[in-house]
Amino acid sequence: MTAPERPHATRPELLRLDRVGKTFNGDVVALRGMSLQVREGDFISLLGPSGCGKSTALRLISDLMHPSEGRITWAGPQETGDLGVVFQEPTLMPWATVAQNVWLPFRLRGKSYASVRDDVLEALKLVGLEKFQNSYPRELSGGMKMRVSIARAMVTRPRLILMDEPFAALDEITRFKLNNDLLTLKEAIGCTVIFVTHSVFESVFLSDRIVVMAARPGRVITELQVDAAYPRPESFRTSAEYAAYTRQATDALHEAMGEVA
Amino acid sequence: MSIADSTETTMEPDADEIARQRRKRVETFGKWLLPAVVLVLMLVIWDRIVVWNEIPHYILPGPGLVFETLIKDWAMLFEALLVTVQITLMALAVAVIGGVGLAVLFTQSRLVEMSFYPYAVILQVTPIVAIAPLIFIYVDSRIAGLLLCAWLVAFFPVLSNTTLGLNSADHNLRDLFRIYGASRWQTLRFLQLPSALPYFLGGLRIAGGLSLIGAVVAEYVAGTGGLKSGLAFRILEAGYRLNIPRMFAALILIAGTGVIIFAGLSFLSHMLLRKWHESALKRDH
Ligand SMILES: Nc1ncnc2c1ncn2[C@@H]1O[C@H](COP(=O)(O)OP(=O)(O)OP(=O)(O)O)[C@@H](O)[C@H]1O
Ligand SMILES: [Mg+2]
Repeated sequence: MTAPERPHATRPELLRLDRVGKTFNGDVVALRGMSLQVREGDFISLLGPSGCGKSTALRLISDLMHPSEGRITWAGPQETGDLGVVFQEPTLMPWATVAQNVWLPFRLRGKSYASVRDDVLEALKLVGLEKFQNSYPRELSGGMKMRVSIARAMVTRPRLILMDEPFAALDEITRFKLNNDLLTLKEAIGCTVIFVTHSVFESVFLSDRIVVMAARPGRVITELQVDAAYPRPESFRTSAEYAAYTRQATDALHEAMGEVA
Repeated sequence: MSIADSTETTMEPDADEIARQRRKRVETFGKWLLPAVVLVLMLVIWDRIVVWNEIPHYILPGPGLVFETLIKDWAMLFEALLVTVQITLMALAVAVIGGVGLAVLFTQSRLVEMSFYPYAVILQVTPIVAIAPLIFIYVDSRIAGLLLCAWLVAFFPVLSNTTLGLNSADHNLRDLFRIYGASRWQTLRFLQLPSALPYFLGGLRIAGGLSLIGAVVAEYVAGTGGLKSGLAFRILEAGYRLNIPRMFAALILIAGTGVIIFAGLSFLSHMLLRKWHESALKRDH
């Protein structure tokens, strides 16, 4: 194994979570004491069992709700369009065409289609769907819908993209393909990604940092470093290095689950 | 079996395909022909009952006589039909404006909804025949009174369906709109109204039928009215004169109007939804 260079440590900070917690209805502790430093260009996975507060963490970061304790601090001012989101479901508007769906983030900022047409088509091209710009979502397969959702999240070239188990509902072949494409896309637009997943394999393949979490109460158990260099080819999936990281992550996850049981 | 044979057999429609085509033929055939057969049967039975029992026409006219009357009185009946249709369509239009407007108001302000929704329900559950006499006491204009009655009956399905639709927008999409900093107006325009469209159209179809009912009932209550009389008034009038064939002819026109309104609104709904909504999806199996 090559000596780990850690380019991320030198990159500027984008966002920081300081002992952030969220309690619902006064007694459901969804998340407790989560601290995380996100640097520009990071690919961070939140890995953990159901109910450990992964979605809650994303909702806090996207400002859909406020933390009950702790603080979330952004480096520099936040503008709408600095954030892209992908949910587990493609979450497309069924009455709008593919291109109109991707246009949405711009449209909500008052931009006409004509003025951002190139960006929309460019985003569709990056996800390989330029031929489907006039199709309606119901005409697309599950994987294609997810691609549209990803195109919509990145069309404004946001600094940060939040993804909540985006590929969980897809078959494995499609998921692998989208994993590869996601890494390519991230390089192409140079954004930061926080990615929620249940899958150890997915988290190791994609991320440079894995935040392992446990449930009841939702909390961070440990943070793992995946120092394999990008771009990561398909062959990375079968490498010894990959196996070693998966092992490490699985052990950490077991530890997290064990504490609950 | 040779390769050529086996490729040949795959070209033929399989059992599922044959069964599907058969079902489709029966379906299209049955949908039009069966009701037509029933209609003809009913007319023949009706006619025979009248003829064999020698029932006088002022008690039960035969279908032939009703048809003759329809032609003979066409000028008068058609004029009445136009009046009824006019009231119906105006009531429907006001029901749509009022129903959708109230629904939007309700979803914009929870306080408004809590304050007024119970009264919308009360208006809906009180039979229109019970309210109508009061309305005609207080409202001078006959047309306005008719319109008000028809509207009272018709607006509720539009209101309740549209409210349901506006609130049924996908939660993740709502979150997305919030993250992108959408204004209330943008959320309404780009998310809630399109989400509500299928629900609204369902309510509209019901409201179409109800506004016709409202118009007819209101006219019964309003009773004799000078120049502009609709079909309901013609039925009443014919009843006083024991002109039973004309009553039947007017009845046929009212029923026909209802069918046309329903079919028209169904067609509109299909055209608006056919590109994206599940209800307009054609499945072959
Ligand atoms: N709005 C809410 N009100 C009450 N409790 C909530 C709410 N949202 C989440 N919770 C609770 O908080 C805990 C964490 O939920 P969260 O959705 O963040 O988990 P998750 O890690 O995303 O799980 P999953 O992998 O199943 O999506 C759960 O126990 C959940 O029941
Ligand atoms: Mg979740």
